[in-house]
Parts: sequence; C-alpha cells; structure tokens
Amino acid sequence: MKIAVCIKRVPDSETRVKIAADGKSLDEAGVKFILNPYDEFAVEEALRLKEKAGTGEVVVIALGPPAAQETIRTALAMGADRGVLLQIQGLHPDGLETAKALAAELRDAACDLILFGKMAIDDYNHQVGPMVAELLDLPCVTTVAHLEIAGGKGTAEREIEGGVEVVEFPLPAVLTTDKGLNEPRYPALKGIMAAKKKPLDVKPTAPGPGALEILSLTPPPERQAGKIVGEGSAAVSELVRLLREEAKVL
Amino acid sequence: MGKFRGVDFYDVDSLLSEEERAVRDTVRSWIDERLMPIIGEHYVEGRFPKQLIPQMAELGLFGANLPEEYGCAGLNNVAYGLIMQELERGDSGVRSFASVQGALVMYPIYAFGSDEQKRRWLPRMAAGEVIGCFGLTEPDYGSNPGGMITVAKETKDGWMLNGAKMWITNGSTAQAAIVWAKTGALDDVNSIRGFIVPTDTKGFSAKDQKGKLSLRASDTSELVLQEVCVPKDALLPKSSGLKSPLMCLTQARYGIAWGAVGAAMACYDEAVSYAKNRLMFGRPIGGFQLQQARLAEMLTEITKAQLLCLQLGRLKDQGKATPQQVSLAKRNNVSIATDVARETRRLLGANGILAEYQAMRHLANLESVYTYEGTHDVHTLILGQEITGLNAFN
Ligand SMILES: Cc1cc2nc3c(=O)[nH]c(=O)nc-3n(C[C@H](O)[C@H](O)[C@H](O)COP(=O)(O)OP(=O)(O)OC[C@H]3O[C@@H](n4cnc5c(N)ncnc54)[C@H](O)[C@@H]3O)c2cc1C
Ligand SMILES: Cc1cc2nc3c(=O)[nH]c(=O)nc-3n(C[C@H](O)[C@H](O)[C@H](O)COP(=O)(O)OP(=O)(O)OC[C@H]3O[C@@H](n4cnc5c(N)ncnc54)[C@H](O)[C@@H]3O)c2cc1C
Repeated sequence: MKIAVCIKRVPDSETRVKIAADGKSLDEAGVKFILNPYDEFAVEEALRLKEKAGTGEVVVIALGPPAAQETIRTALAMGADRGVLLQIQGLHPDGLETAKALAAELRDAACDLILFGKMAIDDYNHQVGPMVAELLDLPCVTTVAHLEIAGGKGTAEREIEGGVEVVEFPLPAVLTTDKGLNEPRYPALKGIMAAKKKPLDVKPTAPGPGALEILSLTPPPERQAGKIVGEGSAAVSELVRLLREEAKVL
Repeated sequence: MGKFRGVDFYDVDSLLSEEERAVRDTVRSWIDERLMPIIGEHYVEGRFPKQLIPQMAELGLFGANLPEEYGCAGLNNVAYGLIMQELERGDSGVRSFASVQGALVMYPIYAFGSDEQKRRWLPRMAAGEVIGCFGLTEPDYGSNPGGMITVAKETKDGWMLNGAKMWITNGSTAQAAIVWAKTGALDDVNSIRGFIVPTDTKGFSAKDQKGKLSLRASDTSELVLQEVCVPKDALLPKSSGLKSPLMCLTQARYGIAWGAVGAAMACYDEAVSYAKNRLMFGRPIGGFQLQQARLAEMLTEITKAQLLCLQLGRLKDQGKATPQQVSLAKRNNVSIATDVARETRRLLGANGILAEYQAMRHLANLESVYTYEGTHDVHTLILGQEITGLNAFN
C-alpha cells in the first residue's frame, strides 16, 4: 500500500498573528509554525494503514517555503518514510495553483491513497484535496471521520448534518480527513532523530500566478469589554432594554 | 488551560537546533495534554501518575541521552535537558521519576556495568518494563554519603547485603534497585560499590514514606535490606569508591538544573496571566509597581538560568562540563525557581494556595529539590572548595 499525504505548514492557532506592512500577508516574525492539525489526522491514518498492512510506503508532500522542511520532518518523525517539498519562494499560491503543483507531483506516483486534511487552519479553504482529485480524475471523499480499507476498496464515514453518511469507493482515491478519525501520535524522540536521516527531496516549484489575488487582510474588530447590568431578576428589565435599544437584537 | 508557550525573552530558541526544539515541543505538548489535566488531583491524593509510564517510555523519555543500541533515544545533552525542563514544568515528581530512571539507574549500569548487564537491563528500562530506584542516602547519612553503613559481604556464590536506605525515589515502584554499599571496612569509602538488586529478592523490603508535604506526586520510600543475597553478577564491576555514585549525581543534577527552569517558567507564566486578569482597586494587579517588580525579577532570573543551562549543556556535549559547573547550575536554578514559585504564590493572593493553580505545588516540590541531589548548602561548599582549594565540609 502506497499512501501519499499532502501537508501544509501553518501558523500555530495559539499564536497571535500580526498583519505585515503590505497589508495582505502575515508578519512571520515570532510566529510559531506547525503541521496543520487536520493533516496530522491524515498522517496518522496513513501510518496506521501501513502498519496494519505490514508493508507499504507513506510519502508526505508539502508545497511551501524552505522552512516547510521542518513541517515535513515532523511527519517523518511521526513515522512517514520520506518527504517531498515542492519549494516555493514567497507566499502560498491560491488553491487551484497549489492543487496543480501537487497533482503534477502525484500523477505518476502510483499511490493507492492520497490523503489531505479537510482544510488548512490558516486559510480555511477546503479546496485543495477535491481539486487534486478532479485534476487526477480520481474519486474523492471529503471530511472522513472513519475509514476501512479492504480488498482494493474503501469504506468511509462522514459526519453530516444530523447523521452519518457511509460512502464506498474504489482505490486509488483522494480523501480528506476530519477530526475524530484518529488520535495522532506524538513523534517519539527516536523518531525525531531518525527523521534527520530519512530522504527529503526538495523540488523548486514555480506555481502559476493563479486567479485569486489577496487584496487585503484585516484583523477582526477588537471586542468591546463586557458589561454586567446587575444580578438576579431585578436586572432583567435593564438587560432587555439594552438588548433592544443598544444591541438592537430584539 | 491553554497550551504552554514557554518563556523566551532572549530568543534562546534561536540557539537550539531543529531537533532540540522538536524534542522540547513534543514533551511540552505531551505534558499539556496528558499531565496537566490530572496533576492537581494526583498531587492532593499523594499518588504518582503511574498510568503515564508506558507513554513516557514510548516517547523515549527514559535515559534519552544514552545510546540507541540499548533502546534509548541517543539524544545530546541539551535535548536531554530540555526534556527535564518540560517534565518539571508539569511537576517535579514526574521529572524526578525520569531523572532517577535515566540518570541514577540506567546511567550507572551504562557507565559501570558489564556488557551483559547493559544488554540485560537497559533496553527493558528504556521501555519502562523495569523501573529502577537509586539507594544511596541512609537514615543517618545524607549529605555525607561516604559515612554509609550499608555493607555487602562476599559469599561463596555472590554477595550478601545488609542495611537501610532512606528517601528513595521510586523505591516502592521499582523492580530493580541500584544499592550502594561498602564492601570493606566502614571507614573505607573506596570500598563503596554499586549492586543491581531485584526488589523481589528475599530480605528486601520497601516502605512508602508517609506524611510528605512536598513531591506528593512521587513515590519516596525507605528500603530495608536484611541478609539480601544476590549473585556475583549483581555487582557493577566498574564501580569503585564514592566517586561512582557521585558521578551519577552529577548526571542527575545536570537534569535538575534544567528542570528547575521548567518549574520556574510554569510559575512565571501563571503569574503573568493572573496579573493581567485579576482586577483589584479597579485595575489589573499587573498595573501596580509592586507586582511589576515581582514579574521583572522573575523574568530576569529565568532568563539567566536558561542561558546557564544551555551553555552547561553545550559544554557537557563537548565533554568539558565539570561537576563544579553542574553544582553552580543546580544551586542557582533550584534556588531561583523556588523564589519564582514563592513570589507567584504570593501574587495570586488566596488563589495561590489552591491545587487548582500551580505555584504552591511547585513551591512545595522545589523545597525537596532544594534538598536532594546535594542540598543548596552542599553545593555552596563544593563551589567554595573549588574557589579556595580549602575543604569546608568537615
Ligand atoms: C523527596 C526526596 C527524594 C529523594 N530521593 C532520593 C533517592 O532517590 N536516592 C537517594 O539516595 N536519596 C534521595 N533523597 C535524599 C537526599 O539526597 C538527602 O535528603 C540529601 O542528601 C540531604 O540529606 P539529609 O536529608 O540527611 O540532610 P542532612 O545531611 O542531615 O542535612 C541537614 C542540613 O544540614 C546541612 N548540612 C549538612 N552537612 C553540612 C555541612 N558540612 N556544612 C553545612 N551544612 C551542612 C544541609 O545542607 C541541611 O540543610 C531524597 C530526598 C527527598 C527529600
Ligand atoms: C486560608 C485563607 C483564609 C481566609 N479567611 C478569611 C476570612 O475568614 N474572612 C475573610 O473575609 N477573608 C478571608 N481570607 C481572604 C484574605 O483576606 C484575602 O485572600 C486577602 O485579602 C487577599 O485578597 P485576594 O486573595 O483576593 O488577593 P488580591 O487582592 O487579588 O491580591 C492579589 C495580589 O495583588 C496584590 N495587590 C492587591 N492590590 C494591590 C495594590 N493596590 N498594589 C499592589 N499590589 C496589590 C496583593 O498583594 C496580592 O499579591 C482568607 C484567605 C485565605 C487564603
């Protein structure tokens, strides 16, 4: 079983990000970057499938800046066999350009499965996985919360509004993974040391300009301090008045 | 509780390699997710979180700076120190557990053991299948371990040990004890040798030390050895004299110097967020000069301690660190960590006395750390002797 997992380097959700001077990108100074948490589920699932099969290969592929090598090594430390960095200079291209670059890398890779996190926590696009599937003309199941692979086909469960959808699909296929699929392992310390010695191919990549242009980034408005209008039933009429007259929600 | 982000005022991170940071971050998030939610309760109940041992082993936390051929992670000493830092950021008891297993049990087997002993014990200890303890201190011999009265007599087919050991971390949990005993006359410190004693050997017993108000989430026990007979190959062949256990202590003290920084960072982090959020007299207490002075002092001492550790670690990796340098770091860092914990406790007002917050737990723990592995005073005397060439111990 050969499995490719596409991963992205993203700012840690706990970091307070600042917008750079150009008004359209993030100021990376002092920002901690991590492996996109949804991609961790994908890496973990790939490792489990390989371990269950007792044979196979897990390749992680990232499109990103040179520093994304570190992100790849996190996945290698978890247990992936080798990594490929489609190295860009500067900002990430839009979803479609990213998908094209990844699809070009994956086209002749003869993978049984291609896994993605359902979205990257920086841009929330939910796009790249399904786009790659489309470009490679492969079946695609998104937001997989449970997965079984047997006899050359797979069964996936997706949590949908009010229920669970069960989908059967042939291999090869593209899947995007959701929270709940598994609990990603910690990279063991030995794994961290071993990661240094695993192959990591760096391929300079120049994605097209894309159709999407970021015009500006703005932080959400500062939240106003809360107000306690009083306690107990005596405060209710004041609260209702404020909700009606100030907040205008009633 | 959110993710712990550390304290790094001088960009010390930039002095670490990618692997060193990765090791640190892994242990940090493991502590966040697995220890922090349960430590308060375990502390109050006086229980070591034994259920975490398999996970610690799987991560590779035991003897992490020993070679891979024995199932260890083969990390450098800086990465090892960062592990200790992050463990103690959680709780000194958890760091103590790993320190004892790695620096006081696996290290002497590695340094003084035969090939056979190394192959037999180290991989199982790295895997957490065999837990060890280190028996040096005795009821009447603490700061002066050379005075010990535990003895080992050679018999026809091995050794017979008699004596008692006190304050032994992991003593009731361990399957194997490294016991230090005199093989010659009681006034002959050169006759001190180390033995690997399986704790199920006849005549060996361990009793939990009751009534601790410090290191409550750690097993501290008294060991009694009554005509304990072990085979010849229980002796660590390359151990010789008092300097052997002291070499182990140097390893453990090195880790403690880092660990103390972890405890201090945990408290400082708590102090800062409390100071920003606690309103008194209509404003955050962090806006008062008195509290700012506290925080400034803490940050200064933590930053100095971090740099001290890092340089000590780099020296150790080059094989150049001296025991006296380790003493300076243990002495300074544990002392400042205790101060940081105490000041945080005070800054938190009444909340500072609760197990729900960390400061009082760290403060109480650090009082043990201040005493074990050479008391603060003993390290003062070690440095005094190094500086003057004059021995002030006796
Ligand atoms: C929680 C805990 C865990 C421990 N775990 C272990 C373990 O796993 N294995 C182990 O072997 N030991 C362990 N110890 C024992 C520890 O190493 C000793 O407590 C320590 O060495 C001090 O010995 P003592 O308690 O007998 O104090 P003492 O030596 O009696 O010291 C009492 C006081 O006198 C001072 N003092 C002593 N000598 C001098 C001097 N020459 N000049 C000036 N002042 C002096 C000391 O600094 C101290 O303040 C542990 C202790 C604790 C508290
Ligand atoms: C065990 C215990 C028993 C108690 N029993 C009683 C009782 O029986 N009855 C009762 O009424 N209360 C009792 N208390 C409450 C006690 O009096 C308060 O804890 C104390 O007044 C401090 O208030 P606080 O805890 O809210 O801390 P805070 O007032 O929030 O203070 C937090 C920190 O900010 C500092 N600080 C506050 N204001 C300033 C300022 N202007 N400038 C600089 N620093 C400032 C404080 O010194 C402290 O370090 C008890 C507390 C404890 C721990």
